Amino acid sequence: MASREEIMAKVETLIGPFNNKGVELKDDTTFAGDLEWDSLTVMDFVAAVEDEFDIIITMNMQAEIENVGQLADAVAKLMDN
Amino acid sequence: MTDLLSKFDPLIQERETLLATGVKDPFSLVMEEVKSPTVAMCNGKETILLGTYNYMGMTFDDDVQQAGLQALKDFGSGTTGSRVLNGTYSPHKDCEEALKEFYAMDHAMVFSTGYQANLGIISTLAGKGDYVILDIDSHASIYDGCAMGNAEIVAFRHNDVEALEKRLKRLPADAGKLVVLEGVYSMLGDVAPLKEMIRVCKENGAMTLVDEAHSMGFIGENGRGVGEDQGVIDDVDFIIGTFSKSVGTVGGFCVSNHPKFEIMRLVCRPYVFTASLPPSVMATASTSIRKLMHSGNKRAHLWENSKKLHKGLRDLGFELGTSEAQSAIIAVIMPDLERGAMMWQALLAEGLYVNLARPPATPANMTLLRCSLCAEHTTEQVDQILGMFEAAGKAVGAI
Repeated sequence: MASREEIMAKVETLIGPFNNKGVELKDDTTFAGDLEWDSLTVMDFVAAVEDEFDIIITMNMQAEIENVGQLADAVAKLMDN
Repeated sequence: MTDLLSKFDPLIQERETLLATGVKDPFSLVMEEVKSPTVAMCNGKETILLGTYNYMGMTFDDDVQQAGLQALKDFGSGTTGSRVLNGTYSPHKDCEEALKEFYAMDHAMVFSTGYQANLGIISTLAGKGDYVILDIDSHASIYDGCAMGNAEIVAFRHNDVEALEKRLKRLPADAGKLVVLEGVYSMLGDVAPLKEMIRVCKENGAMTLVDEAHSMGFIGENGRGVGEDQGVIDDVDFIIGTFSKSVGTVGGFCVSNHPKFEIMRLVCRPYVFTASLPPSVMATASTSIRKLMHSGNKRAHLWENSKKLHKGLRDLGFELGTSEAQSAIIAVIMPDLERGAMMWQALLAEGLYVNLARPPATPANMTLLRCSLCAEHTTEQVDQILGMFEAAGKAVGAI
């Protein structure tokens, strides 16, 4: 099973192509505020994360995920199940 | 006190900026007189209608109008009640019979609008612990049906069969799953690959709902929609539709062959807790639906119109939503809202009405001039329309 560090590293790699402003990524970096993603970018990014980890992040869960750290935690939890 | 309307300040600002450039408000057009399904008076000017979804031109059909007038006389102006209490008259039952004949299906349930049909059926079918899997470009009524229910919502990339299949395979095998698709997507007028999608859904134990709002009456040999055209209509569990497009009045419905379907009448809140449609509306709808069963010639002419407009606009140099005409909707992609609004106004000045569509209704933040053709548009009118697009496009520098 992947550690949180491994998950975080993969998440950061996946953010790369969408990080047009070169924002430094930390646990509390927010998708809407810091990365300035619109709903379309979020959709493409979520699809990439789902395919990388072979999981489903429902729209109900997406509504609760605001920053990079919360996403890594959610991925870890989903992979546990 | 917090002003609850202050959250809309950015939109108010955007509108003021747009109107300050001198364009007319594209969202407050008034038609003073409607002469036919294809012509109305707007700002005192005779205007060709190319944005009404009145695909089959049934709004002024003699039989349809007569049926409405008769029912208005026989049953009064309204029912003042819910379908499950005092709001079911014989015209409501007859309209459901007409739908069962039209689709050759066992059950039909009429809602007060198409929006309520999606809202009610989706929120009622998919409950807590179930999953709704939907195309990311789904209509607002589908999203609102999801928001109203308690199911888990999973979105997949528009018209992407592989993305749908991957997601279905990741969900718990024993969970209830409803895949929601549309036959024709109304913004770009593109058609779904229903044949492959319905197969993937069946293979993965999901029930399916297809919204055929923009294909009923036109697509498929009997006008039953994209599911019929692609030969999978019998594998679809629920079809949603509307009376406010090809049928030419207002109302929504769901048809199904599911043996337990009738219980929906008691458990579907947007069906129960609202007044039923006026009997005159039901009479116009059932008359129109029965006429649409035998409208093969009109369907053929509508296809000719759609193909002619698509080719003509492409030849003029406009960027279109689809590479060929897939439905009766032809979407012209504009570079931004301001240019879109200018072009919309220039077309209106020429005597042509189209829909201006803007985010969030549109995919990929696009501004669209959406054209929907009618079987009653003559070939000469389509030529006229192309001339107006050429003049307006050159006037605002869009081509």
